[in-house]
Amino acid sequence: MASSSLFGTALAVARKDLKVEWRTKTAFISSLVFAVLVLAVLYFARDKTSVGDYDLAPGALWVTFTFAGMLGLNRAFLLERENHALDGLRLTPISPTALFLGKVAGNLVFLGVVELVSLPLFILFYDVPIWRQLPTLMVVVALATIGYVAVGTLLSAMVVRTRFSEVMLPVLLLPFLVPPIVSAVQLTWRILALRPLSEMTGWLSLLAAFDIIFFTLSLLLFEAILIE
Amino acid sequence: MGLALVGLAGIYVRALMFTPIERTQGPAQKIFYVHAPVAWAALLAFSVCGLLSLLYLMMRDRKFDLMAAASAEVGTALAVVMLTTGPLWGKPVWGTWWTWDARLTSTLFTFLLFVGYLVLRNALTDFEVRARFSAVLGVMALVLVPFIHVTVYWFRTLHPDPVVLKPDAPSLPSVMLVTLLSSFAVCTVLYIGLVMQRYALAVMQDVREEEAAGGIS
Repeated sequence: MASSSLFGTALAVARKDLKVEWRTKTAFISSLVFAVLVLAVLYFARDKTSVGDYDLAPGALWVTFTFAGMLGLNRAFLLERENHALDGLRLTPISPTALFLGKVAGNLVFLGVVELVSLPLFILFYDVPIWRQLPTLMVVVALATIGYVAVGTLLSAMVVRTRFSEVMLPVLLLPFLVPPIVSAVQLTWRILALRPLSEMTGWLSLLAAFDIIFFTLSLLLFEAILIE
Repeated sequence: MGLALVGLAGIYVRALMFTPIERTQGPAQKIFYVHAPVAWAALLAFSVCGLLSLLYLMMRDRKFDLMAAASAEVGTALAVVMLTTGPLWGKPVWGTWWTWDARLTSTLFTFLLFVGYLVLRNALTDFEVRARFSAVLGVMALVLVPFIHVTVYWFRTLHPDPVVLKPDAPSLPSVMLVTLLSSFAVCTVLYIGLVMQRYALAVMQDVREEEAAGGIS
């Protein structure tokens, strides 16, 4: 095989997942519509005289991303469960590392596109004109999403083997999202309030540490999930 | 186990009869002799579960898996005691059942994490798969708990509560300290006793299941 290198194989796995997704676009469109709906519903979930747009916005954004991501993650391994596709993947000489990286990459692209599309909508809906801070916000979104997707990919690979996988994933995954999502919300309100970068370094380093540690840990543990 | 139960009865008697009532908090403070030791035992149980999970992944010995499960189950039960005695004390002393203090929040999430661990175990039927998957979750949880603690701690310190809810840590008079420390010892023995009982039961279930499977084939 020409692309027998680790990243080549990972890329092939990701490309396969995204191609399957591209053919139907069902999960993508559902996740996106879902994200827009959550953003819109949360806008009304308050007393507008006492809770301003800027107070509500960071939490609303991250609740939306959390739930939309959950939908995407559930899909990643449910696809493999149909027709025992995962057993087929296991029979191929793909290392678990490559498979994990590929799955993570596929999920990152999926969730990344959902986030990219909903971010401008978020800015418009909540009337938070932060176009200039958008690059900073996108760094935060990227950091939080990487940690989220790494742990989520590992857990969804386990959960798909259980009977009630759709319910099980949030129950197992949400505690793991406490550090990244809380950090992301804290960073988001600072960005919206135009605070200086020095006020963000603490949370940023927590986010980065979470990413590095949990990405590595998930990568190492993925083998234990896959090997029969 | 028997020792632990006798010890527990002893602690109740000592805490209620032979330890003086605390001046500012009144009789409510007595619950402290149960709450703190139980909290200690619960956190011990969760840490042991995480470490045994790691051992299972390295050695692949069923014993470690069954012990980790027993520890998680006992830990969850102890955490329920911790999370009910806490508010019972908090209401008269702090004036509120619950507050999003760092320690309360992180123990709540730890408790929910291990409830998830037990739910996952229940949802998997194949022994080998169950052992592997729950060990993976156990190791992940072990690493996660310090992260959650740092997160909620920072969250609190950045948004301090206007009301000072926590009393200054008083240096305990020796009578109270003896009661507390013996309660710690008893709760640890209780934890070990319960895990041993639960583990023995799990081994018996295991043997029974294998017999049943053997009988069919």
